[in-house]
Amino acid sequence: MSDSMPTTPDAVRTQAAAADARRRRKARPQTRRWRRGLLMAAYIVFVLLPIYWLLNLSFQTNNEILGELTLWPQNFTLGNYANIFSDANWYMGYVNSIAYVLMNMAISMVVALPAAYAFSRYKFIGDKHLFFWLLTNMMAPPAVFLLPYFQLYYTVGLFDTHVAVALAHCLFNIPLAVWILEGFMSGVPKEIDETAFIDGYSFPRFFVRIFLPMIRSGIGVTLFFLFMFSWVELLLARTLTSTEAQPIASVMTRTSTASGIDWGTLSAAGVLTIVPGILVVYFVRNHIAKGFALGRT
Amino acid sequence: MNKVYNNRAWWLILPMLLLVAFSAIIPLMTVVNYSVQDVFDAQTRYFTGTEWFVQMLNDPVLQSALLRQFAFSLTILAIEVPLGIGIALLMPKRGWRASAVLILVTLPLLIPWNVVGSIWQLFTRGDIGLMGWSLRELGYGYNITSSPLDAWVTIIIMDVWHWTPLIALLCYSGLRAIPEAYYQAARIDRASRWSVFRYIQLPKLTNVLVIGILLRFMHSFMIYAEPFVLTGGGPGSSTTFLSQSLAIMATGQFDVGPSAAFSLIYFLIILLVSWVFYTAIMNMQKDKQSGEA
Repeated sequence: MSDSMPTTPDAVRTQAAAADARRRRKARPQTRRWRRGLLMAAYIVFVLLPIYWLLNLSFQTNNEILGELTLWPQNFTLGNYANIFSDANWYMGYVNSIAYVLMNMAISMVVALPAAYAFSRYKFIGDKHLFFWLLTNMMAPPAVFLLPYFQLYYTVGLFDTHVAVALAHCLFNIPLAVWILEGFMSGVPKEIDETAFIDGYSFPRFFVRIFLPMIRSGIGVTLFFLFMFSWVELLLARTLTSTEAQPIASVMTRTSTASGIDWGTLSAAGVLTIVPGILVVYFVRNHIAKGFALGRT
Repeated sequence: MNKVYNNRAWWLILPMLLLVAFSAIIPLMTVVNYSVQDVFDAQTRYFTGTEWFVQMLNDPVLQSALLRQFAFSLTILAIEVPLGIGIALLMPKRGWRASAVLILVTLPLLIPWNVVGSIWQLFTRGDIGLMGWSLRELGYGYNITSSPLDAWVTIIIMDVWHWTPLIALLCYSGLRAIPEAYYQAARIDRASRWSVFRYIQLPKLTNVLVIGILLRFMHSFMIYAEPFVLTGGGPGSSTTFLSQSLAIMATGQFDVGPSAAFSLIYFLIILLVSWVFYTAIMNMQKDKQSGEA
């Protein structure tokens, strides 16, 4: 098609028709939206399929699992869940995990908030090096610290307590919290601090009453990350506990016995480990979109 | 932001410093201590200098674990980063569908790592797993316990399943930070979909992408629980990555000296790569600030 000026009415018409067709081919938002929806749905299916399978197996008896493969439970049973909720060893695993995760979130938050404030507002001797050193702790592979941790916590008498795991997880969670919070705090104009101090606010009062509410979504996202990394970690939690504070992750290894693996109970236990995660995402869902960029867009 | 020079800021840092020192410096010093000694029992120990380091660097088992580790990390980065960007672009922007998709996409991130391994074990087993069973029904002799290729592909799919959401969510929130005016300007200029992506969206994503790649690299380099549960490092040692080799050496064989030396080498590699990323981020922020000023 030439784009030169048309000279006859006929040429005008054909050119206009061609332009129309071109526009239709290019735009057609309806099909585009369908295609996007379809691709998104495909990804969601990919995410959900393995989880669905876990859910499916958790409602089956071991006989049904090992027998013919069925796409949904034929003899729906809650027996696997009953197993878990009736055995103290099992459900205490969840209680232990949640206990050290909450402890870790509290400890990390309390020490990371002032530290992040210092990094975002002040220059001081060694600040850059300190910040990098902090981040390096996030990069330390837990496997490196297995043996020394075991010895350290054993020596100070904290072995097999919730505090031990909570403190051990501080290794990567505190740096993470400082890093995320620093990003959000830097986004708050310094004039706010100065105005508050002129108005006679003391530092603690300003920090709690004015500053923290301003970085609410940052705190939400930080808590989300703290929960996530403490909840999912297995290696350190397993090494630092034996019976009293055993996390659910290592209780789950009990499903494999001499007589084979108890697939049903394993699936049910797996499903139950996903539930707290869903609750946490649900609570922070409105902050994720804004806050996940960690204040660094 | 122009920061004030004030050394009293150290008081705000102090509690955090003490805590991290307790859980990082003391154990790290223990590792350093072990790495230069040969420990027989509590009383007998000899100073060995760099002997363990030399031995570890020449150990073929560890060399191949290191190679596998790099191959794995680079492969999953090459898949997860483009896929994550693509999903972030597809995710709905408002309404109940946005919340629902957000929650579903985040889901894999919050599953304990060993459970991720269990989920994929249950999903890929030939007898009781949907994927393993379907592939066998289709006539492909899928078996992760005997075929290294199957094991590798499965672990990579598992990692993509597990961690692409992180990249996607980072990018999603990066995209949300782009003002609508940019898109309007692009529409007025009749910019194509590709140029909107290339010249508006991608530049705005660089910051979050660097964070995402850094986090992904670090975590993929420490991967332990998922392959441990799924394949146990096998068949043979074809999916034994660094953490697992180290755990075998440290807790299985109690070779304290060599495993301490190995730990330090391992840590230093991660540090080196991460330092490169870190300076890149810092330089980028500096560029941005000078650009805005």
